[in-house]
Amino acid sequence: MVTYIIRRLIGALLMLAVVSMVTFSIFFVVPRLAGVTATDFANRYVGRAATQETVVEVAKKLGLNDPVVVQYGRWVKGIFVGSEFDYGSGVEHCPAPCFGYSFVTKKPVWPDLLDRLPVTLSLAVGASIIWLLAGVAVGVLSALKRGSLFDRGAMIVALSGVSLPPFFTGLIALSLFSYGLRITAPGGAYTPFSENPAEWAYNLILPWLTLAFLNAAAYARLTRAGMLETMGEDYIRTARAKGLKESTVITKHGLRAALTPIVTIFGLDVGILLGGAILTENVFSLPGLGKYATGAIAAQDLPKIMGFTMLAAFFIVMANLIVDLLYAVVDPRVRLA
Amino acid sequence: MKKRTLVVAASGAALALALSACGGGDSTTTPTGEAAPAASAPAGPTGFNAGLDAVTNPSDKKGGVLKMAVTEDWDSVDPGDTYYGMSWNLLRIYGRPLVTYNPAPGAKGRELVPDLAESLGVASDGSKTWTYKLRAGLKYEDGTPITSKDVKYAVLRQLDKTTYVNGPTYFNDWLDLPKDFESVYKTPDVNTDQAIETPDDQTIVFHLNKPYAGFDNFAALPATVPIPQAKDTGIKYRDHVLASGPYKFDKVEQGKLYTLVRNDQWDQATDPIRKALPDSYEITLGVQGDDLDNRIISGDLHVDIAGSGVQPAAIASVQQDPELNARADNPIAARTWYISLNPDVAPFDNIECRKAVLFAADRTSLQTAYGGQLAGDVATSLMPPGIGGWQKIETYPSAGSDEAKAKTALTACGQPNGFETTMTFRSDRPKEQAAAESMQQSLAKVGIKLTLKGFPTSEYFTAYAGKPSYMKENKIGLATNGWGADWNDGFGFLSQIIDSRTIREAGNYNLGIKDPAVDALVDQAFAELDTAKRDALWGQADAKVMEGAYVLPAVYAKGLLLRGKGVTNQFITGAFDMYDYLALGVE
Repeated sequence: MVTYIIRRLIGALLMLAVVSMVTFSIFFVVPRLAGVTATDFANRYVGRAATQETVVEVAKKLGLNDPVVVQYGRWVKGIFVGSEFDYGSGVEHCPAPCFGYSFVTKKPVWPDLLDRLPVTLSLAVGASIIWLLAGVAVGVLSALKRGSLFDRGAMIVALSGVSLPPFFTGLIALSLFSYGLRITAPGGAYTPFSENPAEWAYNLILPWLTLAFLNAAAYARLTRAGMLETMGEDYIRTARAKGLKESTVITKHGLRAALTPIVTIFGLDVGILLGGAILTENVFSLPGLGKYATGAIAAQDLPKIMGFTMLAAFFIVMANLIVDLLYAVVDPRVRLA
Repeated sequence: MKKRTLVVAASGAALALALSACGGGDSTTTPTGEAAPAASAPAGPTGFNAGLDAVTNPSDKKGGVLKMAVTEDWDSVDPGDTYYGMSWNLLRIYGRPLVTYNPAPGAKGRELVPDLAESLGVASDGSKTWTYKLRAGLKYEDGTPITSKDVKYAVLRQLDKTTYVNGPTYFNDWLDLPKDFESVYKTPDVNTDQAIETPDDQTIVFHLNKPYAGFDNFAALPATVPIPQAKDTGIKYRDHVLASGPYKFDKVEQGKLYTLVRNDQWDQATDPIRKALPDSYEITLGVQGDDLDNRIISGDLHVDIAGSGVQPAAIASVQQDPELNARADNPIAARTWYISLNPDVAPFDNIECRKAVLFAADRTSLQTAYGGQLAGDVATSLMPPGIGGWQKIETYPSAGSDEAKAKTALTACGQPNGFETTMTFRSDRPKEQAAAESMQQSLAKVGIKLTLKGFPTSEYFTAYAGKPSYMKENKIGLATNGWGADWNDGFGFLSQIIDSRTIREAGNYNLGIKDPAVDALVDQAFAELDTAKRDALWGQADAKVMEGAYVLPAVYAKGLLLRGKGVTNQFITGAFDMYDYLALGVE
């Protein structure tokens, strides 16, 4: 087990290294191949009144004239030993792990990412609990009452949930519940959990439900399909023949087997979400990683985009690892070696 | 100067009347600064466009939190590093430039009034030297006195455009700087008195390298907001700007939130312009556009700082809902959407071919593309109507197109069957794409075939449409374009887009106006001391541009703005064509 984890961790690091190289290439190598020069890059970070001399000087200051390999090496080195950046009237030390320095906000990227993380974490954790519980419960009930009014109704709602994107449901929910009925917090409201847990939950309930509505629907459909398949298996008949209670048959034998694909997808979904629920955060104006990413993309702030991509990739790689480890817990037939 | 003093006095009186008790007389203010009861305030005008020329919901009530928001953070809260109109409007709550714009509705808001300075600038040496004297008793938030040396340092500091990349370069271009001066950081020991002198702590003298009669507009730039050298932390200064105005920063969370609270060192006696009504400001950044509108509609927010207008969804609501309509203002902004013609590319080197495009373009269709009547009026020249010297130029159609004249022009150009060319637009701006498609359709009717090419906004001017070499090499004849005034006079609007000497290697908003006659008019306007004559010269330059058919003006932009619920003293200032942020209060 320990060997397995170590092996997977090494694989995860290699994966992150590959992601960093690919991302760096997309933003720094591909444009160069298309003819974008160092001064073109620098033009993104100067104002509209900048003279050509200023642009050239900014390109030099930011090291954009250096070969791409040197720039990449400098970026990697920053992660392990930190970097220093000239900000005009002085030099700022960006301590390790330094995932770059924003040329737009003139700040190291890493503290900004950490600052945004609790918002995304709050959103992801709350929403994922809701959608997991609701999705699995509805899926199980639908499977057990196959063809009933509940089943049909639940699947229609599930289909709507999958089909409606958060930028639609979120805006409708805000208009209805926050600005119409005034029972939920307006967009942009966020209070850290450590400051006031009740307010934290009140402010996030609508984003949670919006995000959960989308994913619960998918989980309900997945659970229903899994349960229908499992409940038709021979071992379920055997369990019933042994005289086990129906609730035991369903939870211990039926649901447990049906949960394997749910765990897989849940792990990946949470991993992706931790990398920023871009649509939900934007609709609800939540200052999380997703909002940070869209701002960075709009401003063409490459160091920010790089930092965000690495953090998102880290979450996905780690989620994969955790999912693999959980397989052994959910399904005893799986043995890690 | 007498004339200027009169203007100041008159505008001050107008403001006093407009804002009711905002005149600050002792009769309406208790010794502790508490305002007189709001009940004494007269009811202001209401209804659609009520805020264009009058103060809505006038009140002198102090207190409350003014909640503002914006979809994206702007460049910087550092007065030396910002180039957004909303920022220039807003920063006056925490920073005081030498001169600023009169907080009054409509055109009166374009008048300059002294702020840190006792009076407007005193010109000498044929408008090459400008002297200002600071008011007595000015202090920063930390209680230290504000001196003229701090103003000098603030102006010199922001000349370093590799550090402060965002701000304008007017002082770089016009101050008589010593040749060996690079920046306050690189060459701190170079004597800069030939550019700016501070004979004493109250006086500051600017020396220009050429005459400029409108220097007070420079003095109104945020660059003159004082910064003491000892407190300058370079680009990090944006994390804690030292307040000279009535509010100081409490929280600075870039990209998320700014809060400002009262600056107890600010003295009303030194400031006849600001009334500082709210107790604090809460500014949320990065609010989704539709959500922002909804929050203003519902009353959760008071002001959209951007001041550029509501999103399309809210436009529909305002049109349909009488109550919302009565809270809306639809000002013409000092911004023109236009299409540049590139004379470096054949056949646009021939004026007749350029004229053919100007006659063939369907103005009504272009107006629709840019959002219809609420989003803009059909433009007849580059300069928008709110700017002094504007005149309607009727050489080209102001509705629909004139195909007959277009064909005549094509024949005169030697292209009777039309020609082919390429047009660029910003691909992430649906309105510009619609404008390009409108051009494609209307020009096709006279045989001009357009190929459309879209580029992202982030690189549009730096790598494509603003880069003459790229446009020439790729034979691109037309490009969508847009320009807003740095300040609302001819210089502030036109100087960067019609003066051929400002064309750079990249980042241009002017491709084709390279006319010595236009440049000559610009020079004359720079030197003209009389405002009316100066305005007339800018008007002539504007007409000259149309005479040369160098650009196709599309629309004079308008914004549909919503007044916040419970906001007092809300009106559109002609200085920024958005709500004035100095006078606002909350009920």
